[in-house]
Amino acid sequence: MSLVSEGADFRGRLGFAETELAEPSLASVGDYVALMKPRVMSLVIFTALVGLAVAPGSLHPLIAFTALLCIAVGAGAAGALNMWYDADVDAVMTRTARRPVPMGRIKPGEALAFGLTLAGFAVVTLGLLVNMLAAGLLAFTIFFYVGIYTICLKRWTPQNIVIGGAAGAFPPMIGWAAATGSLSAEPVLLFMIIFFWTPPHFWALALTRTEDYARAGIPMLPVVAGDASTRRQILAHTLILVPLGVAPWTLGYAGTLYGVVAGVTGAIMLVLAWQVLRESRPAERASKHLFAFSILYLFLLFAVLLIERGWGGLVARLAT
Amino acid sequence: MGRVGRPVGDVTTGNAMTEEPKDEGIVLTEAQKRARRSRSIAIALSLAALVILFYVVTLVKGPIVLVRPL
Repeated sequence: MSLVSEGADFRGRLGFAETELAEPSLASVGDYVALMKPRVMSLVIFTALVGLAVAPGSLHPLIAFTALLCIAVGAGAAGALNMWYDADVDAVMTRTARRPVPMGRIKPGEALAFGLTLAGFAVVTLGLLVNMLAAGLLAFTIFFYVGIYTICLKRWTPQNIVIGGAAGAFPPMIGWAAATGSLSAEPVLLFMIIFFWTPPHFWALALTRTEDYARAGIPMLPVVAGDASTRRQILAHTLILVPLGVAPWTLGYAGTLYGVVAGVTGAIMLVLAWQVLRESRPAERASKHLFAFSILYLFLLFAVLLIERGWGGLVARLAT
Repeated sequence: MGRVGRPVGDVTTGNAMTEEPKDEGIVLTEAQKRARRSRSIAIALSLAALVILFYVVTLVKGPIVLVRPL
């Protein structure tokens, strides 16, 4: 690729093409909300809430709300910046073709400006109103998701979601840091659970959309290493995930209810991962089951942790 | 979609070179005006919420708001 075409490509990515400059936008508020990936944002808010609620010490409810708001906006910023950079890929994938940028409702340059503005406001507000450690972690998370995962890893290596999964695993740590101003082993354990949950979750989805990823040129594991290797990797990561899921109970961070839920749901995860490995090809049905249950699995682990450890503390904080 | 105004000269009377071209600028359609208005309202509400948030947090924190250990 020549420097000229690289320049044109970059200008195109920014949305600075001459024909686009004069065209007024038809983007609605809803389009900008969609740009923030609200479904991903809801998971981020939930896991950050758990990190914040299970942390020791007291935090004023308004400061806790501010922390969650900033984390949510930061996640939205990362989503917008991801959609800015990935507009070309999104346009050729069935799952993402209807996003605002590939649909032409929002120009790439507008998505970039929106994402950068939100990121700036979220990090600065978290730093000024909560604490600098939480703000630093949020800034790093946005950088990791956009700079490391989206720009560097996603189009380059089949390990993209393994390493990039760290970005989605940071929110409980940010929540904990917002509440305490420090970090310890417990939030790192929550980080590890989400980190090892991400590959089986996304590879189960990727197994059902291999053609989509191949068409977009994304080297997801099923595209590069094949179906059988991906199934083995899913089982291997699930074998690491399940003991990690039970670890908060074995290490004394969680009670019996958590131990039972983590044990039972972990066993179901293993059975589903085994079915993905064994089911005659294509393993579409088993993969869909694993993908759907993995969402419930993570939700249940964190919800029980919130009920056992965090709910009492949260109510006490709201009462004071 | 909006329409970009073009300079128009009077070709029938031969005044194309002497008349000052009319530039209407970018003319927004009704849909574009509605979209712009909704975006403007959203930005205004967001900024107002941010101002209120900073104000209330300052009240809640009191003088400690100035203490920011790293």
